[in-house]
Amino acid sequence: MSYIELKDITKSYHAGNNILEQINLTIEKGEFFVLVGPSGSGKSTLLRMIAGLEDITDGVLKMNEKVVNHLQPKDRNLSMVFQNYALYPHLSVEQNILFGLKAKKVSKAEQQKRLKETAEMMGLSELLDRKPRQLSGGQRQRVALARSVVSEAPLCLMDEPLSNLDAKLRAQMRVEIRRLQKQLGLTLIYVTHDQVEAMTMGDRIMVLNDGEIQQVGKPITLYNEPANLFVASFIGSPKMNMGKTEIKDVSNFLVNKTLSFSADVRMQKAFQVHKNIIAGIRPEHIQPAIHQEATHSLEVIHVEQLGNETSLALDVGGELWTAKWPGQWDITAGNQLEVYISTEHLSFFDAQTEALIRPASFSGHGEVQAI
Amino acid sequence: MRIPFGRKIVTYLLLIAAAFLVFTPTMMAVVMSFMTNQDIMTGSLPSAFSLDNYRRAFEQFPLLHYVINSFLVSIAIMIGQLILASLAAYAFVFLEFKGRDFLFYLFIATMMVPFEASIIPNFHTIRDLGWIDQYTGLTIPFFAMAFGTFLLRQNFKQIPKELREASQIAGMGDVKFYLKVVLPVAKTSLITLGVYGFLTSWNMYLWPLLATTNDNVRTVQIGLRQLQSQEQMNDWGVIMAGAVIVIIPTLILLFLGQKKLQRGLTEGALK
Amino acid sequence: MTNMTAVITQEDQALFVRTKRKQRYKQFIKGILFLLPSIALFSVFLFYPLLRTIYLSFFLTDASGATTVFVGWDNFVTLFQSTIFQQSIKSTFLFVLYTVPLTIVISLFLAIIANEKLKGIGFFRTIFSSTMGISVAAASVFWLYLFHPTIGFLNIIMDTFGLEKVGWLTDPSWALIAVAVTTIWMNIGFTFLILLGGLQSIDKYLYESADVDGAGYFYKLRRITIPMLSPTLFFVVTVTIINAFQTFGQVDILTQGGPQNATNLMVYSIYREAFTNYQFGSASAQAIILFIIILLMTIIQFKLGERKVHYQ
Repeated sequence: MSYIELKDITKSYHAGNNILEQINLTIEKGEFFVLVGPSGSGKSTLLRMIAGLEDITDGVLKMNEKVVNHLQPKDRNLSMVFQNYALYPHLSVEQNILFGLKAKKVSKAEQQKRLKETAEMMGLSELLDRKPRQLSGGQRQRVALARSVVSEAPLCLMDEPLSNLDAKLRAQMRVEIRRLQKQLGLTLIYVTHDQVEAMTMGDRIMVLNDGEIQQVGKPITLYNEPANLFVASFIGSPKMNMGKTEIKDVSNFLVNKTLSFSADVRMQKAFQVHKNIIAGIRPEHIQPAIHQEATHSLEVIHVEQLGNETSLALDVGGELWTAKWPGQWDITAGNQLEVYISTEHLSFFDAQTEALIRPASFSGHGEVQAI
Repeated sequence: MRIPFGRKIVTYLLLIAAAFLVFTPTMMAVVMSFMTNQDIMTGSLPSAFSLDNYRRAFEQFPLLHYVINSFLVSIAIMIGQLILASLAAYAFVFLEFKGRDFLFYLFIATMMVPFEASIIPNFHTIRDLGWIDQYTGLTIPFFAMAFGTFLLRQNFKQIPKELREASQIAGMGDVKFYLKVVLPVAKTSLITLGVYGFLTSWNMYLWPLLATTNDNVRTVQIGLRQLQSQEQMNDWGVIMAGAVIVIIPTLILLFLGQKKLQRGLTEGALK
Repeated sequence: MTNMTAVITQEDQALFVRTKRKQRYKQFIKGILFLLPSIALFSVFLFYPLLRTIYLSFFLTDASGATTVFVGWDNFVTLFQSTIFQQSIKSTFLFVLYTVPLTIVISLFLAIIANEKLKGIGFFRTIFSSTMGISVAAASVFWLYLFHPTIGFLNIIMDTFGLEKVGWLTDPSWALIAVAVTTIWMNIGFTFLILLGGLQSIDKYLYESADVDGAGYFYKLRRITIPMLSPTLFFVVTVTIINAFQTFGQVDILTQGGPQNATNLMVYSIYREAFTNYQFGSASAQAIILFIIILLMTIIQFKLGERKVHYQ
């Protein structure tokens, strides 16, 4: 059952200059939906339009089958967590949590009941008398979440809620927010610029760039079958290696004028249709030539030992490509390295339209393993 | 950084000399207020400590009455300014509506008009309203204050917009948000402005001189003028006692709030 | 995205437009209501009287302030021909010249020596800012004594050094200076406090980096302190000038405009013309001239200031 529907949603502050262009989207009840994109892509604006904090210039916004374009934020029955948490500095944790309930004139008994439950759930029971400035970043974050939880609104909006936390805490809070959402059955719309957050948390992700939807889908789909060059380079870290592709002869093509691959019939056809093609390969798909015979030899520019994996910077026709090998490898910069790259792992994009021509196929090298 | 010993000594000497020069007029007034008139007239050093001047200042003049008037007037102006300035500052920061920028420039324009340029019609207005010798006439003309509005606006702007948005989602209206969030959060600058308002109201001179014709609501500043001009026999001890009474409240307030006042005024003035 | 059912109907569209308009109207009313108390009082006690003053300046009035005869520019013409008014303008500008530079220089000096991190510096800062808490009336009374011809402290000092006693407030060549000295003393507190605030907001790293470069005390003062302080100095100069033009209380208590009108500064002149002589038309004309002078000062200050002042 679709819970939120956006139909041709458009936003502009000045006529003719659209921040968001004809956004069409449906979000299901109980879904964890992530809006991801670089800064300035319009993701926060979209979220604030759903919240009712920004006017909708054009299009229809429906919640529960009802048009809500004209409703005030308070009449949309939602809660919101802000990047800076928006805690009231002069109020205690308890007063902060109860702030919304008091404004909505919920009965005292109900307030106390909900407060108790929420505080326990969020581990804030000991901190209720403190003021925000006496709390750590993580605790503040929890209060902000608690305020959302206590409202019992079925829809929760979060605007970069983790970006003010350090890396360790962020990883921990990712899990907690995800768990909370499942536990309460919340519909959650989550805005972030961090693709790792998007990948690890979302049921579905929408990638936004320059006010336009790039792709909507499951995290793994976005990773494996990016709809265009933008999504391909935005999702995944380190990012996908890309190179200009040219036909060498009837059955071979060259990437970055260096890497030679044999072209199958489909590829040959593709080259007839698309003038300029860009090939992309994920860093983990430039593999050590151990189980397979080496296909290419590349110069190592730089080696990073991360302990659990080794990251290599390789020279491919004057450009730096990254390879990521699991485990520890004793490789010296400056040497030639034998690698195995399969045509199957290459994704192809049209250089003009930037759209995907053909995703990488994974026959015989199952990427998603079912247990 | 450590300051070299030689420079330390020089600085201390300069500080002491300067403090002496700056504080002499005040110090002399305080000392004189405890001296007998005879000592003063002969120009000798104080030979006896006496509270006689204060007793006479209070007995021969309605000094206490003036002091109470001044307190009432200053506190009324202070409260009036705080309310009006904070309301206006709230509108300039948190409300968006047509004509807001125009009104803002109008507020700036008011700072260009010296009070003296409008004092004659103001006097007539007060007179026609029957507000001469009334607290209303002494206070209400000073409630609206562009400087205070700017100072608070500067401070309100530091309040994250998200606080307002969070309260909007919670369903809280502007009046409640102003009362329950903005005023408590901006408490410090409200105090600063309050202190400033009290100081300037307490020290107001020209307007109370015009707006009072009898002792009814006359403030202590005008009382002091009265005391000084009526004192034909040059009773300097009594005059100084009156002057000391006048400056005590403001000096106390200034010493308590010096740091805050300094920060608050600089912020409001320079941004 | 298959079952996209949301279709915008005419009815919806009309509803959106209506609610949006209603909200905008509500916002407007709310904004006006928040500003209304201030606007109302400004209108009654500032804008109306300013216009009324301009109006009055073209009329003769009776003692109650009611207009009697329209005289056009006559009030202004008469004023500029009057030696008393010429004297008043001259005295006022001289007074500004006496007070403003000295107030700034003295306060700046005090602020600089009080900005050192020394033991007991708080005490000195309190002393230096103390005159801000002293009202015009009290300050004038203090100095009235100091200037007293026979028992006054200043003449006692003159006497001790074998100098001739000065009629500080009775000698036309000294009276304006005496009022100026009182004013400078009164201004020091506020000016000092603001300048000290300006000094304290200068980034300490600037000094540390200058120390590393081996810059001396006066070099740092000239190259860092004064330029960085310029916005504050600019503000203080403006305020002091405007205050000087508005001087009243000191004159009223110390000299009543005398001797021989030597201290008949503009505001005092307006006061006397309006409330002693009941010449409201002429007084209004003077008030308008004062208003224009202050307005010009402000504008010139801003124009000059924009170019010369170094903003951080």
